[in-house]
Amino acid sequence: MEVYLDNSATTRCFDEVAQLMHKIMCEDYGNPSSMHHKGVEAEQYLRYAKETLARILKVNEKEILFTSGGTESDNIALIGTAMANHRRGRHLITTQIEHPAILQTMSYLEDQGFEVTYLPVDHEGRISLEDLERAIRPDTILVSIMHTNNEIGSLQPLAEAGALIKKCNPRTLFHVDAVQGFGKFRIYPNKMHIDMLSVSGHKIHGPKGVGFLYIKEGSKVNPIMYGGGQQKGMRSGTENVPGIAGLAKAAEMVYENLDRDMQRMYGLRDMLIRGVSRIEDVKVNGCSGSEAAAHIVSLSVRGVRSEVLLHALEERGIYVSAGSACASNKPQTSATLKAIGVEKDLLDSTIRFSFSVFTTEEEIQYTIQALCEMIPMLRRYTRH
Amino acid sequence: MFTAFLIKYAEIGVKGKNRYLFEDALVKQIKYALKKCEGSFAVRKTDGRIYVDAMSEFDFDETVANLQKVFGISGICPVVYVEDEGFEKLGETVVKYIDDVYPDKHKTFKVAARRARKNYPLNSMEINMEMGGIILDAYPEMSVDVHHPDILLNIEIRDKVYIYSEIIPGPGGMPVGTGGKAMLLLSGGIDSPVAGWMIAKRGVKIDAVYFHAPPYTSERAKQKVVDLARKVAAYTGPIYLHIINFTDIQLYIYDKCPHDELTIIMRRYMMRIAEHIAKETECLGLITGESIGQVASQTMHSLMATNEVCELPVYRPLIGFDKMDIVDISEKIDTYETSILPYEDCCTIFVAKHPVTKPNLNIIRKHEKNLYEKIDELVQTALDTDELIIVQ
Repeated sequence: MEVYLDNSATTRCFDEVAQLMHKIMCEDYGNPSSMHHKGVEAEQYLRYAKETLARILKVNEKEILFTSGGTESDNIALIGTAMANHRRGRHLITTQIEHPAILQTMSYLEDQGFEVTYLPVDHEGRISLEDLERAIRPDTILVSIMHTNNEIGSLQPLAEAGALIKKCNPRTLFHVDAVQGFGKFRIYPNKMHIDMLSVSGHKIHGPKGVGFLYIKEGSKVNPIMYGGGQQKGMRSGTENVPGIAGLAKAAEMVYENLDRDMQRMYGLRDMLIRGVSRIEDVKVNGCSGSEAAAHIVSLSVRGVRSEVLLHALEERGIYVSAGSACASNKPQTSATLKAIGVEKDLLDSTIRFSFSVFTTEEEIQYTIQALCEMIPMLRRYTRH
Repeated sequence: MFTAFLIKYAEIGVKGKNRYLFEDALVKQIKYALKKCEGSFAVRKTDGRIYVDAMSEFDFDETVANLQKVFGISGICPVVYVEDEGFEKLGETVVKYIDDVYPDKHKTFKVAARRARKNYPLNSMEINMEMGGIILDAYPEMSVDVHHPDILLNIEIRDKVYIYSEIIPGPGGMPVGTGGKAMLLLSGGIDSPVAGWMIAKRGVKIDAVYFHAPPYTSERAKQKVVDLARKVAAYTGPIYLHIINFTDIQLYIYDKCPHDELTIIMRRYMMRIAEHIAKETECLGLITGESIGQVASQTMHSLMATNEVCELPVYRPLIGFDKMDIVDISEKIDTYETSILPYEDCCTIFVAKHPVTKPNLNIIRKHEKNLYEKIDELVQTALDTDELIIVQ
C-alpha cells in the first residue's frame, strides 16, 4: 500500500490539470505575446486563469501576477517592496516561524541595510497582536506574516493583524505567504487588508514551477526581473502558459468542494491524533481544533530519530517528512519548532504528516497501525 | 595545433617479457578513457611507445583530463608531427611551434634530437646544434641551457618528424587489469574511496561492497555510495558494487552482545560477508580504508580482531596516513565533496559512547557465541539478497 502523507512538500497533480497542460504544450503552444492567432489563443488561457484566480480571491484580475512559485512570489513581495519604498522607511516585520523563502530574503535585506523585526510566537505557533502593534513604526514599510505554518499547521489572526497594521500605519504594506493556506481556506485579501499574497501551484495539485502573487492595485512594488516587459513589466519572461492554466484549473477544482473536503480532512487529522495518543511519549506540536490547519500534523516521538522513523514508515509505503521538508536535505534544526519551544531532545525526533483531498480513512488507519507497531521496536535500538 | 599525444609510461618499461601484456592493457584503458571524450582517436603502439592520434576535431583539455585518469600513464606529451620535407622546412616548423606554445620568449631551452631513421642526412648532435642556431636567430631573447632548460624541445626523426616539449603529468601507477581483482569495503566516508583508488593505481581491478541498514540509513546514503563508486570508476573502469542489507544482522548483534563491542563484532561480520563475495567473484584480496588509531575500531587491537576472520589478505593502503593526507587525495580524485555529505552510514548509527579500543579476542569470540543460534541464517539471507549495481 502506498500512502502519501507529504502533501505539504508537494501534491499529486490532478489528472484534469495534467491533461489540460499536455494539450497546451502540444497543441496550443503559442507565445501569448505573438501577434498571430496562436498567440491570441495562448493569451486566452492567461486571461481565463486570471479571471478564475481573481474570482476565488474576490479581487480584480489586474492584481494577479504570475511567477515561478511561492519562493519567487515571496521574493518579489519583499525585495520589490523594499526597493520601491526604501526612501520612506527601512523597517520590515515578520515572524520567527516563516518559510525560508521569507526568512532568507529578510536576511538578504538586512545585509542591504534594512532592519527586520522577527515576532515571536506562543507554544501553539501564533503571534500576539500586542507584539505586532508594538513593532509597527512610522518607518515600517512591510509586514509579512504567513497564513498557515508549513511545519505545524498553525494559523495566524490575519484579519485582526491586517486591521491593526492599517490602523497603526496606513502606509505599511501587508504581505501574506499563503502557500500552505490557499486551497485550504477561503482567503479574501480585501476583507483582511492584505496587500500581497503568495501562492504556489504544486501545493494544490497543480504543477511545479508556477505560482502567483496577488498585488493590490496601487501598492508600490518594484519588479526584480527585467527583460521583455511581460505582465506590464512587473515580471519579464514569456509566461508559463501551461503552468498558469494548470494552476488555475487546480485552484478551481480545490475550491469547488472546499467545505466538504476540509471537513473530511479535519476528521482524518483528528483520527490520526487520537490514534497516536495511545502510544507513550508521542506529542502533537502546535494546536489542534479549528485553530489549526486540517492538513498538517506534527508529531514528536521521544527516543526515535525522525530520519529513522521516516525511513521505517517508508518501508511500509508511507511517505512523510522529517520536520519541514520543503528545505534542502541538509539536516538542520527547524526554526519553527524552536520558536514554539519544542524541547531540544525532541527537535530531531519530529515528523510531519500532511494530507490532501486524496487521503483516505483507510490510509490513516494503516498509518496509525504502522506507528503503533514500529515506535516501540525502534525505541529498543538506540545509541547509548 | 596538436593532433596527437605521446604517452609516457614509467614502470611498465621494466617488466621484461611481460611488457607487451602491460602495454596492451594500457592501450585498452586509454581507449576506454577516450570513449568519454568528444571526437575520435586512434591508439597505436609503435617503436615501443604509445601514441594517441586525433582522427577528428577534439577538445584538448577534456582529452588530457581523461588521459590523466588512466593508471600507467606517467606523462602525456602533446605532439606536433609533420612530414619530412627537409631540414630547412623543419626549422620553419619548429620556429612556428615555439611561437605558438610559448608566447613569452624569455626562456632557456635545449634541443634534444633523436634520429630513429638513420638515413636522415644530419645526426642527432648536428640537429641539436643547427636547430639551436635557427631558434636563436629567430628569437634572440631566448638562450640555451643544456642542464636545466625551461623548454626541452624534443625532435624525433622517424617515419615522420615528431616535435614535443611539454610533459603533462599522468597519474602514474600501472594499467588496471594487470594486477588481478580485489573487493573494496566501500562506505560513504572519505577513506574507503581513496583506499580503492590507491590499490587500483597498482593495476588492480576493483569490485566493491556496501552495507546499508534501512531504515537507519537512507536511500540517499546509498545513492551517495553509488556516486562515490562512480567517481572512483572514472579511474578504474566499471565497478561491480554489491549492496548488502545489514539491518537484521546489526540488530541481532545489538540484542545479543555487549554494546561496547558492537562495532567490532559488526565489522567482523562485514569482513566475513565481504570475503564470501570476494571469493565467489575471484577477488584476490579485500581493501579497506582503515588507518591506525583513527577511530576505536581501527586501533592495532581492533584491527587484529577484525583481521582474524579473513583468510584473504586485507589491503589497507591508508594504514600509515594522517587524515589530512587522505583528505588531500580525496580532493585530488574528486571524492571529497561527495564523502562529506551528511548521511549516516551503518557504522555510526548504533555506535556506543565508549566503544572498546583494546578488544580482547577471547572475549569477542566468546560473545560471538551468543549469536550462533541465528547468525548463519541472517548472513545467508543478506548474501541472498545482495543487490548488484554495475557502476561506470
